[in-house]
Amino acid sequence: MDLFLELLVAGLIVFGGVFGLVGSYGLAKLPDLMTRLHGPTKATTLGVGSVLVASAVFILKHQGSFSVHELLIAIFLLLTAPITANFIAKSFLHRQVDPETDLPPTGTECGWASFDVPPDSDDDEPSSLTIPRRNQR
Amino acid sequence: MLARLLPHPILTVTLVLVWLMLLNSLSLGGLLLGLIIGITVPLTTAAFWPGRPRIRHPLKITAYVFLVLWDIFVANLQVAYIVVFKSNKQMRSHFITIPLEIYSPEAITVLAGTITMTPGTVSADLSADGRSLLVHCLDTDDPQGQVVDIKARYEARLKEIFE
Repeated sequence: MDLFLELLVAGLIVFGGVFGLVGSYGLAKLPDLMTRLHGPTKATTLGVGSVLVASAVFILKHQGSFSVHELLIAIFLLLTAPITANFIAKSFLHRQVDPETDLPPTGTECGWASFDVPPDSDDDEPSSLTIPRRNQR
Repeated sequence: MLARLLPHPILTVTLVLVWLMLLNSLSLGGLLLGLIIGITVPLTTAAFWPGRPRIRHPLKITAYVFLVLWDIFVANLQVAYIVVFKSNKQMRSHFITIPLEIYSPEAITVLAGTITMTPGTVSADLSADGRSLLVHCLDTDDPQGQVVDIKARYEARLKEIFE
């Protein structure tokens, strides 16, 4: 049983390492920022996830108690990864993308939030953002 | 009185539970400190968070979590396959627009997060009126099919949970 558990932990760590590697490779290989975002948001989740499972199994075996820290790390990871990805995507849209030519239409009367103001807002701050970004650079 | 002291009961419970999990043990002192945090944080941040999210079917959240975890697992294998075996030239990545049927900000947030974590898609932006979502697909031949998939698989379930 001991051997089995050790093999399991070792296998999970190797599996996680492979996915971490693939995610980082994707970051280097893929052609532009939006496609590069796919690597770190996904491949690394499974990588970190299986290392966490390995850690939980290891602690369960050596200390005989269940550790919830791994669960917390997984929850925080799942909560923060999409938000980071969204921030990076939004700043990319701001700097490099022309909403007229590069993006599909919203299908509603308003444009995308990075380029347009909400319909019922008095906030005139984003109107400066509707000036095409390319001309400013 | 109680509503003023606890503007967000769910947040309070969550904070206490997270605090106890961080301590990794159950003790009276830990519970007390957790309660202090769980009461002061919602009180001090109440001004930034006026509405209270409504959750209609809390039990369906569990089913949703397992569905998403499974999809994350599959997503990882798919993205890893695409990254390793597909050349950049063969890759057909698109932006797609997903018209939304859900209105609750919490539901839209969860949907956007789910899309980012699942197969070959990253949510990038919301329309200014909050009625459609801009999503980037890593590699797809059928952008319209992706929209239908996401709406049926995730949005319909979130609609049940939140609205």
